[in-house]
Amino acid sequence: MIDRHLYHVPRLGRNPSRFRLAGIPVITVMLGSTVTALPLIAQSPVMPPFGLLILLSWRLLRPELWRAWIGLPLGLFDDMLSGQPIGSAMFLWTVMLMGVDAIEHRMIWRSYRQDWLIAGFAIIFCMAGGLFFARITGGGDVRFLLVAPQMFWTILLFPLVVRQCARIDRWRVMA
Amino acid sequence: MARPPSRRPGHNRKAQYSLFASYVVAVTGAAIGLLLVIVAIFDPTGFAGIRAVTAEVTRPVSAGLKNMVSGVSSVDEVLAAYWRAGSQNVALRRQVEADRNRIIEAKAVAQENARLKKLLKLVDEDASQLLTARLISSSSSSARRFARLNAGRWQGVLPGMPVRATEGLIGRVHSTTPNTSDVLLLTDTGSIVPVRRASDNIPAISTGAGDGSLEIRALSAGRNPFKPGDLLVTSGIGGIYQPNIPVAVIVRVQGEIAWGFPLANPSRVDAVVVERAYEQVVTRPDPAAPAPTQGAEPGNAATP
Repeated sequence: MIDRHLYHVPRLGRNPSRFRLAGIPVITVMLGSTVTALPLIAQSPVMPPFGLLILLSWRLLRPELWRAWIGLPLGLFDDMLSGQPIGSAMFLWTVMLMGVDAIEHRMIWRSYRQDWLIAGFAIIFCMAGGLFFARITGGGDVRFLLVAPQMFWTILLFPLVVRQCARIDRWRVMA
Repeated sequence: MARPPSRRPGHNRKAQYSLFASYVVAVTGAAIGLLLVIVAIFDPTGFAGIRAVTAEVTRPVSAGLKNMVSGVSSVDEVLAAYWRAGSQNVALRRQVEADRNRIIEAKAVAQENARLKKLLKLVDEDASQLLTARLISSSSSSARRFARLNAGRWQGVLPGMPVRATEGLIGRVHSTTPNTSDVLLLTDTGSIVPVRRASDNIPAISTGAGDGSLEIRALSAGRNPFKPGDLLVTSGIGGIYQPNIPVAVIVRVQGEIAWGFPLANPSRVDAVVVERAYEQVVTRPDPAAPAPTQGAEPGNAATP
């Protein structure tokens, strides 16, 4: 019988719950997508896509955590909140995850800088694709320059987000 | 960091199949996603019903937060008002003096207008306002400009209804869920509004530019008739929008195109009014031959 007060103290030989191991990454990505529910009426695309950033962070931090299909449910949830046509993030995120798989397969050594580079390309792919989908589904003539600033600071924000994910990850795997 | 080992399952058949199956699921799902987007090309609001779940769940949170921050968002305006308060006060007082006379004149004109309309036996029912609600959130990370309204189908909001604030036009309802609705803002690149210059009746088309400004093209041939400072109001042509709602002020003229800014800023207005879709009424409709009314069907959310 373990003392009740020691339940939250890390101990050797104990495992965190399955919910914490599998659920926390999913919940953080969904919370990132929910940022658009903040009471901010934007006049131009300014908010970085936090759902995408957190998904990329988890994928690059923990390659064994998810298979590529995780982009489908998480992308659908993001579409439901982001104002993009339904199916847009579903397609883009899954293709992006498969692309990261392919790149990872070819790279022998990978460090933080390569991660940032991969994330940069993934962000550009997803946002340019999102812009294209917005244009063909009734968005009219949306110019690429419109999302360029958003793209720029999303890439700059990646290191910060990946660090927060690492912090959550340390807590997640700690029994 | 070396290459992660888990992607190559080795000779384990079960692991090989599992990896293969995961890619099959991913590719199939991506194809379905692409198919949904293609459906959305032809029917932009088709699968928007799925959004009802998240919209309803996040509504109380957004509405609560909006109530908290609605005071904070105008802090900069309050602070800016202290700058040169004295001279501003004098100028404003003079302005009020000047405006008082104009208001009296306008009242007289309105009275005369009502009398003339009575003479023409023109029924002018002003039952256009449906309800007042708040904008609680927006598609801040997307290239489209949608705002979420804290009222929906159960409150009587229908797709296509125009949304305005006291300062001017905000946009129109794009899709609805039971308690919320998505408003296509005036500045969206797919939002097209027929306008006219307030001083004379030069017609023009206003299209959003996506970055908070509006692209205004005159419908008349020849050189661009607009100049900075011109006020634009809705013309009422084609239905949906009531005539004479203030829309934008022109700030810059560039060849064929004039650039304007909306008069109502959706992030600053406290509450917005949802109006019933406007139908053009031909004066003195003859009961024998019903006059054709155009536009104003609620479902025409698709904009080319």
